[in-house]
Amino acid sequence: MVRIGAFLVGLFFAGWLFVSFLIGAVAFVSDPPKPTVEHEFHLKPKDVSFSFEGPFGHYDKQQLQRGFQVYKEVCAACHSLKFVAFRDLEALGYSEAEVKAIAKGWSIKTPDVDPKTGEAAGREPVPADHFPLPFANKVAAAAANNNAIPPDLSLMTKARHDGTAYVYSLLTGYQSQEGYKNAKGEQLLKEFPDAKTPEGLHFNPYFANLNIAMTPPLTAEGQVTYGAGQPKPTVDQMAQDVAAFLTWTAEPKMESRKSAGVAVLLFLIIATVLAYMSYRSVWANVKH
Amino acid sequence: MSFPWANVYTPKVPLMKWIDDRLPLPRLVYNAVGGGYPVPRNLNYFWNFGVLSGLALVIQIVTGIVMAMHFGANELVAFSSIEHAMRDVNAGWLMRYAHANGASFFFIVVYLHMFRGLYYGSYKPPREMVWLLGLVIFLLMMATAFMGYVLPWGQMSYWGAKVITGLFGAIPLVGEPIQTWLLGGFAPGNASLNRFFSLHYLLPFVIAGVIILHIWALHIPGSSNPTGVDVKGPQDTVPFHPYYTAKDGFGAGVFFILFALMVYFAPNFMGHPDNYIEANPLSTPAHIVPEWYFWPFYAILRAFTVDFWFIPAKLLGVLAMFASILLLFFLPWLDTSPVRSGNYRPMFKKFFWILVVDVLILGYCGGSPAEEPFVMISQVASAYYFAHFLIILPLISSFERPLPLPGSITEAVLGRSSIEGERTAPPGMGSDPQPQTAA
Repeated sequence: MVRIGAFLVGLFFAGWLFVSFLIGAVAFVSDPPKPTVEHEFHLKPKDVSFSFEGPFGHYDKQQLQRGFQVYKEVCAACHSLKFVAFRDLEALGYSEAEVKAIAKGWSIKTPDVDPKTGEAAGREPVPADHFPLPFANKVAAAAANNNAIPPDLSLMTKARHDGTAYVYSLLTGYQSQEGYKNAKGEQLLKEFPDAKTPEGLHFNPYFANLNIAMTPPLTAEGQVTYGAGQPKPTVDQMAQDVAAFLTWTAEPKMESRKSAGVAVLLFLIIATVLAYMSYRSVWANVKH
Repeated sequence: MSFPWANVYTPKVPLMKWIDDRLPLPRLVYNAVGGGYPVPRNLNYFWNFGVLSGLALVIQIVTGIVMAMHFGANELVAFSSIEHAMRDVNAGWLMRYAHANGASFFFIVVYLHMFRGLYYGSYKPPREMVWLLGLVIFLLMMATAFMGYVLPWGQMSYWGAKVITGLFGAIPLVGEPIQTWLLGGFAPGNASLNRFFSLHYLLPFVIAGVIILHIWALHIPGSSNPTGVDVKGPQDTVPFHPYYTAKDGFGAGVFFILFALMVYFAPNFMGHPDNYIEANPLSTPAHIVPEWYFWPFYAILRAFTVDFWFIPAKLLGVLAMFASILLLFFLPWLDTSPVRSGNYRPMFKKFFWILVVDVLILGYCGGSPAEEPFVMISQVASAYYFAHFLIILPLISSFERPLPLPGSITEAVLGRSSIEGERTAPPGMGSDPQPQTAA
């Protein structure tokens, strides 16, 4: 009985799947799916290397400080960093006093209440505070940004595939859509005349749908002034630095994770070799 | 329990004797996973995955209890409470990454354990109950993993919850009320998050309970073995301890090395980037995909694209997806070949490997966007999946001619010629094994 029932059920499922396949295949051949503009012209992040890659990688603190400077002077006007606290900046090599000064001098106030009246008021951030939000709420954020809410950047490099390279590529990927060609040499506006970037958006082939609301944030060399002994603040350099900084904000414990990992692995390999030897010795007189 | 020649527990320390006389727990442990459980001597490394599954459950429970100490089961704080654990809790990142990757490793070892069972016919008499209880554990695991994935309240959590509970919405008439009842609302929200957290904490202990039944049922006939030939005498077995505890120790070491490689050096490799974006009911992700261990079933779900008479395609997909797991409960009565091990079943063996490739293809399609050619490929692969279990296995078990089986486990290990000498000197039974450290 079980086998007859199974046979019928199996025949039904397999048969109907086969029918579905035939219908789909006929449609696929007679009316092949048209490639989308994203499929043809979206680019994977550029190949770019960082000091923190690989199992022994470390953050370059100088680079993180430069990236923080870019964030502070360019990104922070619109993008929050809500999971990061000022105190965390000590990991970038700033002293306690410097962190205190950074918090105190931050251009956005931390929301609080007036201790006398209880009314809403802002105060200077202290190191224990997280970075204050640039907009009071989502409505304000959307209203100030052509209806596109600037996303929080704390986790951005983990929230995209190949996130560090993605941030770098996006920041350096703005270009004119006019005459833009893909690797096959096809011209975007010739292949997809309807895909013209709408008013108020900006063409960027590294963005998922090719048109991003953010205006090009890094536009000119020297937009941020780096300290003495630092590399020239080219757009490329600034983009790399802020991508590195955002990798740190997303994964602040990466260095301790990797160094712990090396120690744990060494321990485990020794333990496993010993376990293998005891396994062999226990079984030495038993053929199996 | 199993064989008359099993070692009998004799307490060596007075304290243990005192306890054993009053509560025979030491005896129970000794007979379950100690020297009192005789196991076939010829098990290969595929027999390590049962113990490794248990180990994975322990890792999940330990790291999960720590995570629960820092988790806020509320839609307003769930996401940030996990970030708090990652950033400001001592070794919180380790607990979180171990828990997230631990789920994947749990499924890896359980899938290997199940395919071991499929290949070596471990579901066949007299071990049907072991197989059935194992499937119950598998279903509980799937529910637990799904609900756990919702807890961080990221984009994939939210939309995954919406899609999976939406499956129940495909049931005619009562579907939508059931979906609303499951979620505690019309869309995933605080009520869903709270109940998922509650159940996610409960179910692992239910799994632990069913594991006890699974092992209990196993110990009635005893473990199977790669030849599938029954144990005939003491020369065929060795005591679980120290022989298989030593082997499992080595297996656990290899497991931990691979696990550590993932946790410490690629902790987000098996996750989805979208789950680092907070849940947003107003923004649907471009591709909603479950975690990789559900991909084969997700592919079956999406393979049904054409309505059958009055049954909508979506309902067919849901039925097929549940059927693809439920049919495994009937496996002992579908594959009726008296030969257990695939080693001696030439036709079965070929189809088994086709099934393995088929499930891998289904997994690949399930993780890909629902567009061509992936839909067509998953239709063919799903058709094979059902045909394999429901048509091919019953048929080949009727007319396949199996290869000659070895006379016994010992004969398979030593060859026919040397068997006489071996019989007089059973390995390691009846007395403790030789101390190995003595010079």
